[in-house]
Amino acid sequence: MTSPERHPDATGADAPASGERSGRTPSGPPPAAVPSDLLRPRARSEQVVRLVLFVCALVSIVTTVGIVVVLVRESAGFFAEVSLAEFFGDSQWTPLFDQKHFGIWPLLAGTLLTTLIAVLVALPFGLLAAIYLAEFAPERLRRVLKPALEVLAGIPTVVYGYFALTYVTPALQLVVPGLAGFNALGPGIVMGIMILPIIASLSEDAIYAVPASLREASYALGAGRLRTVFRVVVPSAFSGIGASVILGVSRAIGETMIVAIAAGQQPRLTFDPRVPIETMTAYIVQISLGDTPTGTVEYRTIFAVGLCLFLMTLVLNIAAYRLRKRMLKGGLT
Amino acid sequence: MDTVLAAPTPTPRPSGGLPSPTTTAGERAAALAAADAVARPTEKMSAHDLHAWFGKAEALKGITLPLLERRVTAIIGPSGCGKSTFVRCLNRMHEVVPGARVAGRVLLDGQDVYASQVNPVRVRRRVGMVFQKPNPFPTMSIRENTLAGLRLGGEKAPDPAGLAEKALRQAALWDEVKDILGRSGSGLSGGQQQRLCIARALALEPEVLLMDEPCSALDPIATARIEELIHGLRERYTIVIVTHNMQQAARVADYTAFFHLGELVEYDRTDVLFTRPSRQRTEDYITGRFG
Repeated sequence: MTSPERHPDATGADAPASGERSGRTPSGPPPAAVPSDLLRPRARSEQVVRLVLFVCALVSIVTTVGIVVVLVRESAGFFAEVSLAEFFGDSQWTPLFDQKHFGIWPLLAGTLLTTLIAVLVALPFGLLAAIYLAEFAPERLRRVLKPALEVLAGIPTVVYGYFALTYVTPALQLVVPGLAGFNALGPGIVMGIMILPIIASLSEDAIYAVPASLREASYALGAGRLRTVFRVVVPSAFSGIGASVILGVSRAIGETMIVAIAAGQQPRLTFDPRVPIETMTAYIVQISLGDTPTGTVEYRTIFAVGLCLFLMTLVLNIAAYRLRKRMLKGGLT
Repeated sequence: MDTVLAAPTPTPRPSGGLPSPTTTAGERAAALAAADAVARPTEKMSAHDLHAWFGKAEALKGITLPLLERRVTAIIGPSGCGKSTFVRCLNRMHEVVPGARVAGRVLLDGQDVYASQVNPVRVRRRVGMVFQKPNPFPTMSIRENTLAGLRLGGEKAPDPAGLAEKALRQAALWDEVKDILGRSGSGLSGGQQQRLCIARALALEPEVLLMDEPCSALDPIATARIEELIHGLRERYTIVIVTHNMQQAARVADYTAFFHLGELVEYDRTDVLFTRPSRQRTEDYITGRFG
């Protein structure tokens, strides 16, 4: 053993010597040298790192659980005073008036209306953008366009809100008669622009992931490019596209700033996009910023509304997760 | 090899001594040899000095090869020899891959499919293809898969149900799927999926059927069924089958071409090529000395 740095079982000839060094089996063959190596204790730092990572992962779970607990507890307080029958049976939402009504439908209608408008904008544009990027854009253009599109998702929503209020709505007023200064249409369209990158980017991933073998099968049957794209590739990517739309809808339902700024704050049970409405999220903002004393039933309404929002987005996110899993599992090939 | 004079009209198969699937490969080869010696079949397709590239890599280096009408031609050779590329050039599928390029001529009934005014979609309509991995459309039912060629081509079949049945019968799949035509094609076994893909190609009534290693993803039983099917299809179609399985080539093919490193080394009647190859490289390959 003139070279102690040499690995014990590098060659068979060295084996007896390394056995001697370990002092256990003087005449042992190579395996004898192995145990000392195997029994070396695991590095302490590895355990520490593992613990730190675990705690980090735990924080997000604990936070989620904490939010749910608070939501449920405060909502329970609310529903102790306001019955579920009233919550879902009344058609007016006026917790701050003398004549109090706690019917969720006006807020729900506001949320659904703005979300519907957003999807009507984002789905066609997002899907067509995704199809273009995945199927038609040259690779170099695709590499530039896709990140550019995703930048849209990084714009602060307060900017979008004022964009809706000070630019989109006035512009729309030129073409839409009877459009109020605060309305569902303007913020709905801007929200559509906001979720467009989600739909476009995730749909593009789904379309891009459709196996080349299906495209080839289609071409080999004498199908042209457009038919191949719209009859074979896009239907095959349906799970992923569906997931992207659901995630987009989920974002739109939870979106707060745009509607709080530009949709007005008037809970109103209507599907007329021209008049001021209020969404669930905008209502929560209104109460949080106002002077409603904590602990009162008026204050607790925001937790009940928040719980509703949470349940809606939870269901949608689970649906999207399932669809994406189906896509990744390769229900395609 | 392409200098042999082509017969002026398509030759019917010899009556009486028609080789049936039950005859041995040797008997069939002998019957065929006798028939083809009297009148050589028409060249349904032929390649002339065909080159193909992927980017800068030259995959085919000047292939000249006839594909005789209503005969089965096998293309054999080690991996990367260009055999798949060759068949993909025959129906203009090679160019679908980005960066792929072709030079040379491919004739279909005497017409160059690479002529500038030719529409590749029309070529593929007449020259059907079956791929290595079964690739039925997952979003379509078995019936829709069978009729996919028409649907994707924007055509309407006068009798879709009848056409689907006919194609599935030709592909020897009808009895297994006739009660589940509405189900997804992805639920079938690998061998059934491959026969569905064959049915899908046959429903377009192509003149030539290209099969790119159609059995390499299948088990021996499914392979035997496909081979049996090829025996039946040879009566009506000109078939080109790429295979890395020499036994398979010997079993199904009337003529065999041996490719190596992008070149055609030898082309002959299958029985001749496997028993008395004239090139050393062919002999080395079929005796397992390389590849």
